[in-house]
Amino acid sequence: MQNQISAPKQRLSLSDPKVRAWLFQIITVVAVVAMGWYLFDNTQTNLQHRGITSGFGFLENSAGFGIAQHLIPFTESDTYARVFLIGLLNTLLVTFIGVILATLLGFIVGVARLSNNWIINKLATVYVEVFRNIPPLLQILFWYFAVFLTLPGPRAAHGFLGSFFVSSRGLNMPAAIATDAAWPFVISVVLAIVAIVFMTRWANKRFEATGVPFHKFWAGLALFIVIPALCALIFGAPVHWELPELKGFNFVGGWVLIPELLALTLALTVYTAAFIAEIVRSGIKSVSHGQTEAARSLGLRPGPTLRKVIIPQALRVIIPPLTSQYLNLAKNSSLAAGIGYPEMVSLFAGTVLNQTGQAIEVIAITMSVYLAISISISLLMNWYNKRIALIER
Amino acid sequence: MTSHTFKPDMPPPSKVFGPVAWMRQNLFSSWINTLLTLFAIYLIWLVVPPLLSWAIFDANWVGTTRADCTKAGACWVFIEQRFGQFMYGYYPQELRWRVDLTVWLAIIGVAPLFIKVMPRKAIYGLSFLFIYPIIAYFLLHGGVFGLVNVPTSQWGGLMLTLVIATVGIAGALPLGVILALGRRSEMPAIRVMCVTFIEFWRGVPLITVLFMSSVMLPLFLPEGMNFDKLLRALIGVILFQSAYVAEVVRGGMQAIPKGQYEAAAAMGLGYWRRMGLVILPQALKMVIPGLVNTVIALFKDTSLVIIIGLFDLLNSVKQAAADPKWLGMATEGYVFAALVFWIFCFGMSRYSMHLERKLDTGHKR
Repeated sequence: MQNQISAPKQRLSLSDPKVRAWLFQIITVVAVVAMGWYLFDNTQTNLQHRGITSGFGFLENSAGFGIAQHLIPFTESDTYARVFLIGLLNTLLVTFIGVILATLLGFIVGVARLSNNWIINKLATVYVEVFRNIPPLLQILFWYFAVFLTLPGPRAAHGFLGSFFVSSRGLNMPAAIATDAAWPFVISVVLAIVAIVFMTRWANKRFEATGVPFHKFWAGLALFIVIPALCALIFGAPVHWELPELKGFNFVGGWVLIPELLALTLALTVYTAAFIAEIVRSGIKSVSHGQTEAARSLGLRPGPTLRKVIIPQALRVIIPPLTSQYLNLAKNSSLAAGIGYPEMVSLFAGTVLNQTGQAIEVIAITMSVYLAISISISLLMNWYNKRIALIER
Repeated sequence: MTSHTFKPDMPPPSKVFGPVAWMRQNLFSSWINTLLTLFAIYLIWLVVPPLLSWAIFDANWVGTTRADCTKAGACWVFIEQRFGQFMYGYYPQELRWRVDLTVWLAIIGVAPLFIKVMPRKAIYGLSFLFIYPIIAYFLLHGGVFGLVNVPTSQWGGLMLTLVIATVGIAGALPLGVILALGRRSEMPAIRVMCVTFIEFWRGVPLITVLFMSSVMLPLFLPEGMNFDKLLRALIGVILFQSAYVAEVVRGGMQAIPKGQYEAAAAMGLGYWRRMGLVILPQALKMVIPGLVNTVIALFKDTSLVIIIGLFDLLNSVKQAAADPKWLGMATEGYVFAALVFWIFCFGMSRYSMHLERKLDTGHKR
């Protein structure tokens, strides 16, 4: 006799978890959609009553105000779209400088926290505990109002080497003006990099085949110096330096970093570096001492032990939280609104919003920029993370 | 007969014990270490003596006006004179006892929770959590029982900072737990919504959220309905912070072994009891240090309300430093604010470390 299991009669019943799940999801979705519609409807009525026309047409209008720092040319008659671009570039500039400096400082302090030199160790600890427990906005305001703005004016500026001047107007430094030899120089640098890539490949192949090591670092450094230097000898100097000069009440010539930019990058660097230091410390500590001992007993000297055994493993622990610190730095750059450095939030969500009154569009654009930055950094880091992840059995 | 006499003990070898040996080991073990030590001492010499003389030895401690600050160092008279504003903002002088009372009630109310042998701690804690906010609201805001109404526009200083931080975390905790449950849910629609919500708030800076809550929220609401500025900021802070709380709680829930979920299901518990009685108690306990870190981040973030024009501690300092009567006092003001923030954040981070050691019940292997 065949054993046939008759399926129970399908009936919709609330005691069936699947039915309940569907019902619950449908109710939630409907509620969220209704809520969204309600808000949308309210917004529409409010906008009508206030006489605001929505849409992104305002981006084409002329801005009519000046901006203290713009990386691309800008005049008052340019459009709001260009203002947006300038804000975005300034945000990216601060983030870029901040990430580099904070990583450097953070790694130094993090290693110092592990130092067996008592005084260095304690100094690093004090640094971390002081700066990570003070709000970043407060640090920005402090550097701006209490340090940079109280510096003497340009006439009494502190000079370094006769070409760098720090005053209440910011940091004046020599500008590199490209000469005719600039292009050959750039090409020579690219050539040097290509040569280094090929040299590394060849050295790795030979090392794997014969076990004979090659001084990749020193050879690479030599290539990187010799090729551009030769180029500069043949074609002449690629840049000429324009020194800032005091004329009247201010400096003329050279590049100037405005005090807002200095205060912002300094504060964000110091703040983020404290967190990076902790990440580096815990990352290095997470590599068990057995790894060092094993490497040493295989005959590796301290240098290669660090480079080939400890650091690769520590990086695996360090990279994910480091990424979120970079993200935080990008988001914290919006604190510039507190001192009026012209980046996304203070320029676009501040000035442009006040002038045009297009609150929804402006905030939506600003938020999507940050979302785009966040998502792209985290995608990049997820890819990197997958590449270096431990392949487990 | 000759008796044997011991030679006197030799002193301990100075290369192994004592301060000299310690210094040799920890400061001058190699030439690099020696260089580093000298460099560090130079740094300290560069920073500490001028700082001390500015902040303490050369500082002006007594007086009432700017003219009393005659010495070269810091002018703490400024802080003394404006202390009330830094603590209470524009809260009327004669009503400030109400703020003090609220703080004392909180301290007295929370204190029993730290007593180890206290019975029915959970019930007491929960009832405190529900009753205290109501009392605090009426005390601070007034308007009932003959208490004079103090509109939130007059709130300020450290008091406002604390209000935003506590209300923010109290609102973000339940919302964050629900979001974390939603993100771990098996229902796709719920999960997608929660993930979107969390990632959205985590992807944008708090400043834009505050901007949004101050300029966009009035547009979302039906005509005639209007929140005051503080409430709008609080809504923004709660939504923003709940996403971070959700991620911390989710971390805890993921760390619970799968056996716990299965065992709870095998006991015949439904979803809510499975979560409420088995998973969440373990997960929340595990993530308490993480939650304290979130609170620290929130406390630091409260300073951002300066952007939408609320007078928290930082903004009070900024305003006071811009007063023509006290020009050039920015440094003193910011140093004071930094010290206050630092004490709170450092205290909390130490507490979180202490909890981490105490709660370490061996989940880590």
